[in-house]
Amino acid sequence: MNTVLVILALATLGTAAVAMSLRNLLHSVLLLTATWAGVAAFYLWAGAEFVAFAQLLVYVGAISMAVLFAVLLTRHSRDDVAAPPAARSRGVYAAAAGAAVAGVLLAAVSLAPLATAPARAPAVSVRQLGGELMGAHAASLLAVAVLLTVALVGAVVLAAGGPPEKPGDTP
Amino acid sequence: MRLLATTDSSLLERAPVLLRDALSGLLPPPARWTANALIEIVAILAVFGTLFAFLTLAERKILGRVQNRPGPNRTGWFGLLQPFADGIKMLTKEDIVPHAADPVLHYLAPVALIAFSLLTFSVIPYGRDLLAVRMDASVLFFFAAGSATELSVFMAGWSSHNKYSLFAAMRALAQLISYELPLLLSVVPVVLAAGTISTAGVVAAQSGWKWGLVPHWHVFTPWGAAGFAIFMVSALAESNRSPFDLPEAESELIAGHLTEYSGFKYALFFMAEYFGMCALSGMAVTLFLGGWQAPLPALEFVPSYAWFALKLLALIAGFMWVRATLPRLRIDQLTRLAWKFLVPLALINLGTAAFWSLTYPWGGSLQLLRWAVALALVMGPFLLLGRRLSAGLGARTYRYA
Repeated sequence: MNTVLVILALATLGTAAVAMSLRNLLHSVLLLTATWAGVAAFYLWAGAEFVAFAQLLVYVGAISMAVLFAVLLTRHSRDDVAAPPAARSRGVYAAAAGAAVAGVLLAAVSLAPLATAPARAPAVSVRQLGGELMGAHAASLLAVAVLLTVALVGAVVLAAGGPPEKPGDTP
Repeated sequence: MRLLATTDSSLLERAPVLLRDALSGLLPPPARWTANALIEIVAILAVFGTLFAFLTLAERKILGRVQNRPGPNRTGWFGLLQPFADGIKMLTKEDIVPHAADPVLHYLAPVALIAFSLLTFSVIPYGRDLLAVRMDASVLFFFAAGSATELSVFMAGWSSHNKYSLFAAMRALAQLISYELPLLLSVVPVVLAAGTISTAGVVAAQSGWKWGLVPHWHVFTPWGAAGFAIFMVSALAESNRSPFDLPEAESELIAGHLTEYSGFKYALFFMAEYFGMCALSGMAVTLFLGGWQAPLPALEFVPSYAWFALKLLALIAGFMWVRATLPRLRIDQLTRLAWKFLVPLALINLGTAAFWSLTYPWGGSLQLLRWAVALALVMGPFLLLGRRLSAGLGARTYRYA
């Protein structure tokens, strides 16, 4: 069982590491998508089927598209996609920031009182998950739903606005 | 990964499961689970591979008939050997990779595309006992696996190092972002009504008949009919079929992302398009048309998988008819249709479905009121938004035609 976890972890971390070191932005984005898929595979391994598919749908399906779109729209030409090597000082700053974040996280994890006895993973069905979301966490779910609906309606309003098209200006 | 053989159904109904169990029964018990899985995979590949071969022929025949020409009729009787001739041609053609292309992505794109479209077949219930993978969140799995296909189209378009292909890649991205939303929003009412997101559960929720005559399929409710229409339009766009075939528009982008592909890689793209069409049609049958259920109680003696196949083929024939009839949309019309028309309609349809399930206990004359309100909720926004969408766009005048 643990070999699967090790393979998944290595694949996820490996693709993330290679994504950071590549010069070609497009390759980095695709490898980042592979990293997200690896995280989804980890959820699946952990038995959280619903979360795994949601992760796949949202990150691999939608967020990757948004990132690719952003990359393609902000580059002038194909050759622009390959980023030049950055200055050494930038690398030093990046390493320092990364080390600081890693230190904070490590401290938090090592100081957290973790249960010593291995807890049995509860088998939660999607129906239970839905009942839980609609019952105890209904308020937070509603808040998120309202936020997303407002964003969606806003997008539609933005798209619907603007002057009406004249019949003559179509090519 | 198990198929439950029900004992009360007919022999024909149980035949596929019995055949599988007889085959895997030849092996020692520890290997049976793996053998069963392998047999299911081979069965899905064989059935849909053959279906793909003959769908290409059917599409060419139907397009030919609509355009008043016979279609392929030289290879074998009625052109029936044409798919095999095409297959041999594809396999023997040279596989060309452009010098400037990104070789890894260029190779990976068709492979990823076909892999993801095959994954979606695993959760469609083809019959009472025919479902390869039973899981709770199978509807979610279907759309999660399907959403990765446009990523492959983008990979193909970008890696080809060709301006037409890059155009196709951008168009594919815009199309996905626009149509994923109405597709998923049109499925939410079904999940709401059925109270489950497993495909088997959705089919079970549509069993039974009203007055022993009208089946309880979702398409026979006001929100179901609207949801089915939105789902089918979005499915056309998701599977890159005409009139939404902008990424591979032959007449303007010389086949777009397919420009730099030849031989078997091109065949894989072609295959994936048909697989995507079959999978989305299968999902539409499962979600809205009662899955494998028979339309009348008296017709239940026909095996369930035959009903599923019949409904699937009818929807695919509809896809082909649409392709033969409608001209291709422009990119602005495409996104406008999604954002100004389908997304608001799908959101309103969610409210209609909620009203429908809240008024479930209404009886007698209140039932008439329920139907009237639900139909008004469906038809009113449709007419208003449709007017608004086509406002100011009169009939076009063609100067040079």
